[in-house]
Amino acid sequence: MNFLSLFVLIPLLMMLGLWIARDMKQIRTVAVIGSTLLLALSVYTLVEFLAERAAGNTATMLFTDSRMWYAPLNIHYAVGVDGVSVAMLLLSSIIVFAGVFASWKINPLPKEFFLWFMLLSTGVFGFFISVDLFTMFMFYEVALIPMYLLIGVWGSGRKNYSAMKLTLMLMGGSALLMIGILGIYYQSGLHSMNVVEIAEHGNIPMNWQYFLFPMTFVGFGVLGAMFPFHTWSPDGHASAPTAVSMLHAGVLMKLGGYGCFRVAIYLMPQAANELAWIFLILTGISVVYGAFSACVQTDLKYINAYSSVSHCGLVLFAILMLNTTAMTGAVMQMLSHGLMTALFFALIGMIYGRTHTRDIREMGGLMQIMPFLSVGYVIAGLASLGLPGLSGFVAEMTIFVGSFEHTDTFHRVLTIVACTSIVITAVYILRVVGKLLYGAVQNEHHRELKDAEWWERLSVITLIVCVVAIGSFPHWISDLIREGVEPITNLLSQAL
Amino acid sequence: MDYSQFLVMRSEISLLVVFLLIFLIDTFGGQKSLKGLSITACVLFALHTVWNIIPVESASAFGGMYHTSPMASMVKTVLNIGTFIVLLQSISWSATPDVKLRRGEFYELLLVTLFGMYLMVSSGHFLLFFIGLETASLPMAALIAITKKDSESYEAGAKYLFTAVFSSALFLLGLSFLYGVAGSLYFDDIATSVAANSTPLFIATLVFVLAGMGFKLSLVPFHLWTADVYEGAPTQVTSYLSVISKGSAAFALMLVLYKVFAFEPAVWQGIMWALIVLTITVGNLFAIRQKNLKRFLAFSSISQAGYIMLGIVADSIQGTTALVYYVLVYIFSNLAAFGVISSIEHNTGKVSMDDYNGLYKTNPKLSVIMMLAMFSLAGIPPFAGFFSKFFIFASAIHSGFYILVLIALLNTIISLYYYLLVVKAMFINTENECVIAPFRSDNGSRVSLVVCVAGILLLGIASCVYGYFADLSVLGI
Repeated sequence: MNFLSLFVLIPLLMMLGLWIARDMKQIRTVAVIGSTLLLALSVYTLVEFLAERAAGNTATMLFTDSRMWYAPLNIHYAVGVDGVSVAMLLLSSIIVFAGVFASWKINPLPKEFFLWFMLLSTGVFGFFISVDLFTMFMFYEVALIPMYLLIGVWGSGRKNYSAMKLTLMLMGGSALLMIGILGIYYQSGLHSMNVVEIAEHGNIPMNWQYFLFPMTFVGFGVLGAMFPFHTWSPDGHASAPTAVSMLHAGVLMKLGGYGCFRVAIYLMPQAANELAWIFLILTGISVVYGAFSACVQTDLKYINAYSSVSHCGLVLFAILMLNTTAMTGAVMQMLSHGLMTALFFALIGMIYGRTHTRDIREMGGLMQIMPFLSVGYVIAGLASLGLPGLSGFVAEMTIFVGSFEHTDTFHRVLTIVACTSIVITAVYILRVVGKLLYGAVQNEHHRELKDAEWWERLSVITLIVCVVAIGSFPHWISDLIREGVEPITNLLSQAL
Repeated sequence: MDYSQFLVMRSEISLLVVFLLIFLIDTFGGQKSLKGLSITACVLFALHTVWNIIPVESASAFGGMYHTSPMASMVKTVLNIGTFIVLLQSISWSATPDVKLRRGEFYELLLVTLFGMYLMVSSGHFLLFFIGLETASLPMAALIAITKKDSESYEAGAKYLFTAVFSSALFLLGLSFLYGVAGSLYFDDIATSVAANSTPLFIATLVFVLAGMGFKLSLVPFHLWTADVYEGAPTQVTSYLSVISKGSAAFALMLVLYKVFAFEPAVWQGIMWALIVLTITVGNLFAIRQKNLKRFLAFSSISQAGYIMLGIVADSIQGTTALVYYVLVYIFSNLAAFGVISSIEHNTGKVSMDDYNGLYKTNPKLSVIMMLAMFSLAGIPPFAGFFSKFFIFASAIHSGFYILVLIALLNTIISLYYYLLVVKAMFINTENECVIAPFRSDNGSRVSLVVCVAGILLLGIASCVYGYFADLSVLGI
């Protein structure tokens, strides 16, 4: 058996273990062992991958394995990874690991919570290792449905409304996606669902591409919070419990970007070249609109949810620039945003768990009360607004350099517009930092609150280390990603 | 006459044997054997199912009047599995005072309707088809009205009877036109003679036949009886009606359209296109407002019938495979839902969705099963419903029905909404006190629910089932 399948198997075994577990201690043991194994596995994948590449293996996908599943439709269970998916696997396992510790004291129904959480992870990991359209789509939907119960049962605020809205909008996206996938399957003339095969040998007629490209791009774009389909995101994030917000903003929204990149653009490069401008405008709106919306929010989670809309918009924006530099930047932005937004949501969850409010008008001076959490918040904030040395800077720099490589007015103007989001980001981040952390203490009861416990520190430190690591040593990761992006950009330039 | 022809009808004969045995026990059996009648029926029926599990070869009997194929034989097995689950679920219900005396009749009538469906599925002549249709419909009305003291059950029985008779009349009118046009009622003869000279009258025939079958399948606009009948009938009968009756009618309709109206698919595909859009949309929109779970599942099953029709409209071998597979998965999912509902109704008398609030607290196992059923019906992976939906959409897309599939897919979002409402009631609405107290369901229901859950979990992951159906459908229907 291919070791990549372990990424699906481990969460499934964890679910079995959780099913058997009797008390909180056993549940935690299973969750910690499983998530540590996943983390170790993704590091192992990375090391093996680099070794294989260093040895001169230039195949698009490594560690491939393909087993016939549904012979009448030639559906395989096919796995394989390239640089981009290795990076995504790493990101997912880090966030799952941090998420387990962030939900150390989840209440009520801890067992059920972790069961759903692990089902969600199964979907996420399965999606990133799949190279077969059908299994990819299946895992994609597996990752979506647990959100409904995770938000509905363990969420806060308007949870019923948000859970339903999120589920239905994402399922709406996947409805379009299903048409797209079936269309690709029947129009490519290959009778194959394998992504690499279709990309290399498939020939989807141009008039079909005009129909299927928007279907797939919008289908995944809904999850990537593309304007005007982003409205599920702020509500969903705000209502979700901490670990779910982390995993959702950190990883699940990346499924959208990754899917646009791997399916829509990779398989239909001609249409991508011709239609990218429409979606560039839409994602450009996401970037700026999300940032402006974040400025006027008073709920901490809403601020970060809108900031996610803006940053994820930037991911899609960069992918649509269709050149190597910008796309590399896009994947780095996925990593960077995944980590820092997970950090944000973890910290917000921890602060909310203490103060029982997320309204920034009701809090202040937290730096004196909980210095550890506050410092973490400052670091996350600085990463978000692009301070050099942290991950955000590297990613955004690469994106804007890549975008500016286009010499025509349309792309230049859009790039400049998108650049303004950096300034706006600074506005809303510094506003919160100033008010929340350094302002006067608003509520005297807050003075009695304690700083982070060990599990919370572990969760936060893991994420901070990663944010700093990417920011300070970006080369190894950008080389890894660039090498995964190049086959796609080659196809794109051939298609011109 | 060559009596060996009867051997072709292996499954019909063995069903008849089961029927006669139950009839004999019911008539002449002592107090003791009557008490165990429901168990006996389950065992006998299980034997019958296993005996017929290997499909027969394609064969005709009685000059082409009866025609069977491996796929038709498989459909009978699928119906058998569903009926077996229904029988399991009705063990404890049939011991209630109201039904106890008429327990034998329940089993007899049920088996007779199944016999009728068998005939429909493997007929080669419209006369046999019509006999099958009637045998499947008329005893059903008696089944629906079987709870004597329940006036709603009576009302439902009458409603079903009237609509069934009316639709039969339409169907017969269509057949008489057909006879006038083609001069024969053999499927094969009609196909060859009409292909030579198609007339507008033939189209009229098509419309009448579609209308007649539309009633059985409760396609919109022929669906008006469904909700009231489903609500009024005893839950066991409702579940039988919603899966077995529907599944057999779907296959029978496919048989007729593919064989008799094969020469001009565009005409009936156009009609079906409109019927599917109407059925799915109306079924879904009405389901949203339902509070009574039986009515809720009635509308859900209307929209599911629309999805099943996508396999017919595809007009291909792939469509046949997808349709039978969809029916099988639908049987497991829907019977899981009905099993939970009937178990709760039997123990507490509650059928309203509001009563299900916080069910997870008091009856966690039942709520998890209900959730699996809802997810499977909504088409969420990794449950079987996802796979069956995917394949049926794939078959329709393969034949070029992109817009139709898009409409159907957008409808799945609406359906997901109302299926989630049930999940929400059980898992999320826990603020108020729970209406349903903890209870232990009877063994029959437990076994049936375990079978259903196994089906929901395994049918999709184990690709062999779909592969097997695909192999069978290549051999023709």
